[in-house]
Parts: sequence; structure tokens; C-alpha cells
Amino acid sequence: MTQCTLNEPLKKRVTHDKIKSYRTAPTARRRQTMHEDTQLGGGDSRFPQTAHTAVLNTRSQDAGVRERAFGRLVQGYWKPIYKHLRIKWRLSNEQAKDSTQAFFAHVLEKGVFAKYEPGKAAFRTYVRMCLDAFVSNELKAGRRQKRGGGRAVLSLEFDAAEDELIRYGPQPATDPAALYEKEWIRTIFSAAVERTQARMTTEDKTVHFALFERYDLADEQTRKSLTYDQLAKDFDLSTSQVTNHLAAVRRVFRAFVLEEIRDMTGGEAEFESDARRLLGVRVS
Amino acid sequence: MKWLDDTTLEHLREVADWPDFSGTRYKVLEAIGQGGMGTVYRAEDRELNREVAIKVVRDPEFDADVAQRMLNEARIVAQLEHPGIVPVHDVGTLDDRRIYYVMKLVRGRRLDAFVTDNTTIGARLRLFERICETVAFAHAQGVIHRDLKPQNVMVGSFGEVLVLDWGVARSSARQPIASTPHETNKTRTGTPMNENETLTRMTAMGTTIGTPAYMPPEQALGHIDRIDERSDVYALGAMLYFLLTGRAPHSRKHLADAGDDIPPPRKVNRRVSKQINAVCMKAMHADPEHRYDSAESLRTDVARFLGGDAVNAYRERPIERLARIVSKNKAIVAMVAAYLLMRILLIIFS
Repeated sequence: MTQCTLNEPLKKRVTHDKIKSYRTAPTARRRQTMHEDTQLGGGDSRFPQTAHTAVLNTRSQDAGVRERAFGRLVQGYWKPIYKHLRIKWRLSNEQAKDSTQAFFAHVLEKGVFAKYEPGKAAFRTYVRMCLDAFVSNELKAGRRQKRGGGRAVLSLEFDAAEDELIRYGPQPATDPAALYEKEWIRTIFSAAVERTQARMTTEDKTVHFALFERYDLADEQTRKSLTYDQLAKDFDLSTSQVTNHLAAVRRVFRAFVLEEIRDMTGGEAEFESDARRLLGVRVS
Repeated sequence: MKWLDDTTLEHLREVADWPDFSGTRYKVLEAIGQGGMGTVYRAEDRELNREVAIKVVRDPEFDADVAQRMLNEARIVAQLEHPGIVPVHDVGTLDDRRIYYVMKLVRGRRLDAFVTDNTTIGARLRLFERICETVAFAHAQGVIHRDLKPQNVMVGSFGEVLVLDWGVARSSARQPIASTPHETNKTRTGTPMNENETLTRMTAMGTTIGTPAYMPPEQALGHIDRIDERSDVYALGAMLYFLLTGRAPHSRKHLADAGDDIPPPRKVNRRVSKQINAVCMKAMHADPEHRYDSAESLRTDVARFLGGDAVNAYRERPIERLARIVSKNKAIVAMVAAYLLMRILLIIFS
């Protein structure tokens, strides 16, 4: 059972129209909030010193900060949640869409994110446990009806997530918790790629990103058959330019990955642990 | 948004962790190891045209104490010029503030992997002697390693022995070589961990550091004021235990399990003699006062054993002494026996 007591400031402002405003069309929102991020600078590879994560900001006194934090967390978690519902709870895609929406409505209504206590569990584990408790209760009560009078309240790209499941679906024996974890990591890295692209475009370094896309985002087979010399020929650059351009994009990408991890985790200890795990130690 | 498949995801993780050495004399070639503090890469020193190993600490953003440990290690190793200690060539900081240091590239195998081969106990003990020599040298320079374990020893292609990972070492004058601003008073006795994992906290009272499976009790309990050369002697004894039995002495995953009983090596492996069993148990005595007082005296006892002499750790019974003397002087005993037999035969048939 999710331990949810009503959070008064949140409760007052909960409306489905309000929820609808947390659109998660990612690029638009990211660009909009870009100036609020710690500046990474062109050649500056220093790490962002974000003082507050999205998780912590869900407790902010400032309603605007809370709203943005909720939007960020929806953005970071909806896909792992949707796939978890599809795989663990074996919901149909329509049921999973509905339950994802319903879960976020429940989270906002009950202030679930704000009740997270760092130290008890990783934030993503907390979200998964809340989700499982929520779905279990819904199933017991036999009410998996749509929230908001049957209309979709969050603009989420469910079709893309469903397509990924169909095309790259997990093996039947995959542990749902492991799948959820992997999807969370994938979301972090995908978001970092997207932000890197936006940054490179802003700085008029599209060639840099094109190299990154061609080499680092290629599938394994393509990457293995590709050399820096070949890239240099294809892009009419010298090999050392290819090396330097790729290094520059990777620096920015790394900083964004760290920023994404920080935003999606519930505190410094969790951030440190996840950053070590994702960037320091290979998990095989 | 482009779908990132699992292999691309794994590649991106490596890419994001890959150190950027552009603008330096080094060119990173491949990652060759992961340690408690960071990643070790094989790299090319373009100025001297030679291959080196570069250890890059993980992000100092979240690993400031590890960064400090690495500097600590570089400074300590730079002071210790010995064939059993890998020399440091260079130390620096990357643009992203990660610290690195460059050292000789060692080709070989870790001791724990090496002994899985069909090596005899005698061959293992000869390796152990050389480890003791290196540690004794460090002690003579006033440095205590504090994290000795088979995983921190490399055996080179020519049988040379190298003691690695001096990141948690400290001066035996009971002062860390480099103090850290991140010292804490936390005791991590309840922290579950891998038996080979090194705790990364620096040393304040009540704080533990080292690897539980090879750690002396005073270290496991965080009594750092009691840590001295004899703590390394204990860890050497624990390594000897591993060399004799193929397993670590402690199975503890938690530091709180500091007082677990250790079955003597001879109980685990019947081929272990009583003498070397006693040497091992003396080195690993729970009370530092009852251990060898130095790595050198431990090495000497092991050398005595290998030479067929009596060891200080074991009081022989007369029959055992006789058996040892016979065993040590097989040729002489055989000649004397043959001579006596001939004399007896001559007496009988004359």
C-alpha cells in the first residue's frame, strides 16, 4: 500500500487541466529551461553544480519550481513505468497507458514524490514500489478507469514506447525490476543525447554532433567497422580533428549524463552511487 | 528520439567515462582494469614512444576522498624506489578535473589468478618471500600499506612480484602521508561489501579502511591508533593463508564480523605442514603483540621453512626435529645409512 497522505499545498492546486500543462514534449521544455541549468560552456568541461535535484524540488515552497520538478520526473520516469506495467503487470497497451496516466495523477494528487525519504531506498526503487502498490490497489478495487473523464492528461509518446517493446522487447525471462532499471538508465542516456544535440546545434557545432551520432550512436557492428580515418574522409576532416571533435562532444555528453542522474535521484548519496555505477564501473 | 540499444548504451557509458587526454603527451589505447579508485588504461607516451599505464580517478565531483587517495598513492609510490613497487612517472589533472597518474605498464597476472595455476606450495612461498621483502622495504621507509591482498599483487612475466595499490597507505609515524578534508568519523562496520572491495574512507578514529577478507581486527574495528607495521604483517599472513589454501581467511562481508574464527590452513589443506601452518597463524594472531614484529621477521621464518630449518613460530617435538633434519639432509643421511648398512653387512658376512 502506498503510504500517501494528502499534501495540502499540492492538493489545492491539483486539477487535471493543471496536469495537462506538464507537457513533456522533451526538447521544447528542455530548451525553455536551459538557461536555468548550470552553464557548461563550450570548452568548459566542468561539472554542473546543481544544488537541487528535481526530486528535492518537488518539496519546494515555490509552486513553479514544484511544477517544473514534477514535469522533469514525469519525463524521466514515464517510459520505465509504462514498460514495467506492460511486462510485470501484463497490462495491455491501452491499460498500461491508462494506468501510467492514472499513476501520475495519483502521484500529483497525493504528493507521492515529495514524501520520498532519501536513505530508505533509491528514488527509482521508491517510484517502482509506489507504482506496484498503486496498481495492486487499483486491481483489487476493480477500478482501472481513466482519470480526467477518459481523456489523456499527459502528452506522452506511448506509441514510441510500445514500438520499442515490440521491436526490442525483453526476453520472456527478464526480471521486471531489472528491465525497469535498464529503462531508467536508457532514459537518462537518451535525454543526455538529446541535450547534447541541442547544445551542439546552439553552438553551431553540428558537425561535431554528426560525428558523435555516426560513431558513438551507431550500432555495434557499424561502429566496429568504422575507423576515425574513415570518418575523417567522410566528413572531410583530418583524423586529429575527428578525435578532437568527438572528445568535445563526449565531454558535453558526460556532463549532461551527470546532470540527468543528479536530477533523477533523491540525494547526494544516491547520485554518487548511481554516477559511479553508470560512469565508473562497468556492470556486465 | 533515437532508440539506444543495449550495446550502444554500454558504449555510451564507456564513452562518458573515457578520459580526454587531448593536449597531453599521452594517447589512451584501452581500459585494462577497474579498481576501487578508478580505471587503469593502457596508453602511449608519444614523447618517449613507450607504453604506460594511466590510472584515472573517478569523477572528483562525487569522489573527492578517492581523488585524495590517488594523490596520496602517487606521492607514496614516488618515495618508494624498489623493484617490487611500480614506479610513477607523472601526475596530472584532466580538463574535467579528474586526477590521473602515469606509471610503468606491468605485464603479468594478479596473484589470485596466478595461484590458480598448478603452482606448488614451495613456488608460492618463494613468491610470498618477495612480497614480504617489498613490504619490509616500505616499512623501512616508514610506509604502511594497509590494504595488502592477492588482488593487489602482480606477478610479472619473468616471475617478478609487484605490490600495487598504495592508495590507503600511510606513514608509520601515524600520520597520513596526505591528509584529506573528507575524513569522517563514520564507522562502516555494517556496510555489506564484496570480500575484495576496499573501503575508501580515509582514516579517522572509528573509521575502517582496507579489505574485510584480509583485514586485521584492529583495522576492522577502526582502532587506527593501533595500526602499525604489524597490521601489514597480519595482512601478509592472510595472503599466506590464501596461498596455502586458495581462499581468503575471512568470509566476512561485514566489518562487524571481525571476530570470526579462522580455521587453520592445515585444516583446509592437509598438504600444509605444521610449521608453515604455525607461521601463518602467528602472522595472523588477533593480538598484534603476538604477531611477528615485522614483515622482515615473517619473511625470515618463511625462508627458514623453505631452507628446511626450524621456524620460530613452531616448537618442534624431538621426533619432528629428527624428521626435519633427515628431510633437509637426505643425501647425507642416505650416504650415512648406506655406509652403516655396508658396515653391518661386512660384520655379518666376515
